[in-house]
Amino acid sequence: MRTVRAVAWKEIQIFFLSPTAYIVGMIFLFLTGVLFVWDLGDPFPEASLRTFFLGPPGFITTGAILVLVLLAPVLTMRLIAEEAKLGTIELLLTSPVRDWEIIIGKYIASLVFFLALLAMSGFYVILLFVYASPDPGPIYAGYIGLILYGAAALAVGMLTSTFTNNQIVAAVVAIGILLALFYADQAFAAVGGTAGDVLAEIGMTTHFYDFARGVIDTKHIIYFVSVIAFFLFLSVRALESRRWR
Amino acid sequence: MIEATNVTHYYGPYPAIQDVSFDVRRGEVLGFLGPNGAGKTTTMRILTGFLPPSSGSVTLGGYDVVEKSLEVRKRVGYLPETVPLYTDMTVTNYLKYMGTLRGMPGSRIRTRIGEVIDVCRLGDYRKTQIGKLSKGFRQRVGIAQAIIHEPEVLVLDEPTIGIDPIQVVETRSLIQELGREQTVVLSSHILPEVSMICERVLIIHEGRIVAEDTPQNLAQGLQGVERLEVEVGGPSADVLPALQKIEGVNSVSHRNLQGRHVYVIQAQPGRDLRDDISREVISNGWSLRGMQMMGMSLEEIFLRLTTQEDL
Repeated sequence: MRTVRAVAWKEIQIFFLSPTAYIVGMIFLFLTGVLFVWDLGDPFPEASLRTFFLGPPGFITTGAILVLVLLAPVLTMRLIAEEAKLGTIELLLTSPVRDWEIIIGKYIASLVFFLALLAMSGFYVILLFVYASPDPGPIYAGYIGLILYGAAALAVGMLTSTFTNNQIVAAVVAIGILLALFYADQAFAAVGGTAGDVLAEIGMTTHFYDFARGVIDTKHIIYFVSVIAFFLFLSVRALESRRWR
Repeated sequence: MIEATNVTHYYGPYPAIQDVSFDVRRGEVLGFLGPNGAGKTTTMRILTGFLPPSSGSVTLGGYDVVEKSLEVRKRVGYLPETVPLYTDMTVTNYLKYMGTLRGMPGSRIRTRIGEVIDVCRLGDYRKTQIGKLSKGFRQRVGIAQAIIHEPEVLVLDEPTIGIDPIQVVETRSLIQELGREQTVVLSSHILPEVSMICERVLIIHEGRIVAEDTPQNLAQGLQGVERLEVEVGGPSADVLPALQKIEGVNSVSHRNLQGRHVYVIQAQPGRDLRDDISREVISNGWSLRGMQMMGMSLEEIFLRLTTQEDL
């Protein structure tokens, strides 16, 4: 446990000191800010974060979750790929540290930075409550969904960073996987039938709608936790496999 | 302390090391000597548990490097060839981090940081970012992290590569100091270095161990032919055939070094011809100005072994 904490603490320091993380933060706040003010032009704007979460209604789904899909991999791309590139992984893997401790430590660090980033978007919530009286349910639930969505995206990014020594490759592949999971429901809705329904269930966005509506359903929580566990498990395996290459 | 039995490692279809067996006694300083690409780094990586051997087994302190990898890693301090460091961290923070990863308690880390900073003479750079240090100082930080947890075995891969000559000397003496208390395994392609620091040398070539002995014995045992360097005052046209005629002489070569006539005599193995030569020279009325046994330098042995010349 001490090792996990040490790994996490070191990575957190790097996150909060690195320019990349701040650029990611800036882009995140800019894009989510655009989403937040999107409805304000309406004659009767709704006091909710619906557009913020899912994007403007009537379009293909976008919203803060799409911003996470694009940005989370940029946060995680460094985590293992950089160590592999610099060779520091050799010292890490020859220290008496278990592979899962490295993965969990680094994952926790990315999660902490992500939560800090998300907390800054709480500014919009405060504004909303100051100038209007929104229904708090969908906002709280939506944020829980957003945290789970982001945590899953980070886990995917963790895996691709473990596979390669190239940070750009890690980020691009993770964004690819996440985009596929993002639009799976819309793509497979077109397929139709049972097959389409089943495949749509694999998609991550499918499991987010209820949160945005204010419903916290255990099955969706279980889905996201499973996705996180699955990708972190694969990351540990991928890290182990580095020894055999 | 370390026992390697028939270790082979393949990178894809290519064997990096083949059937390598050796052992290292507690407290010994062992050197791996070989040209680049001979398999030194692969061997080091296997010893430290970074790479599992494709076949064969390695135990360190009685623990198998694959099955009891964690126990092995606790006991090893490792400095990879490229000296990988987190360049954003300060020296103290880095050492603290590495100490924590090695499972040291916090209070112990604090005292040890002070000690290793002294041993590695990093006193003025405690708060300096590693990225701003010169190569030689980074090397010291690399050694400091390798010894911070007081490992039983220290594995150093090319510890003096790429640093300036003064720092090389300092690093060597540091390794010698450490070698008094610890088991040290190091690799190098620099021969004088290995013969200076190591008690025992393994010469590795194309993934196989081609020789193993103390630096002195290697020089003697592989000599094969006795060589004498003799300086004679006299006409070389006469001296040369006279020397060649002495029984037991294999060959004589003559060099004229600014008026000094130096003859290098190769005797048959095991023959000591010093008396015969001096008698021959004196009886011809020439003067014997000097005579010297020439050992083979480790460099020559190394070249012979690795170019597979017949001795």
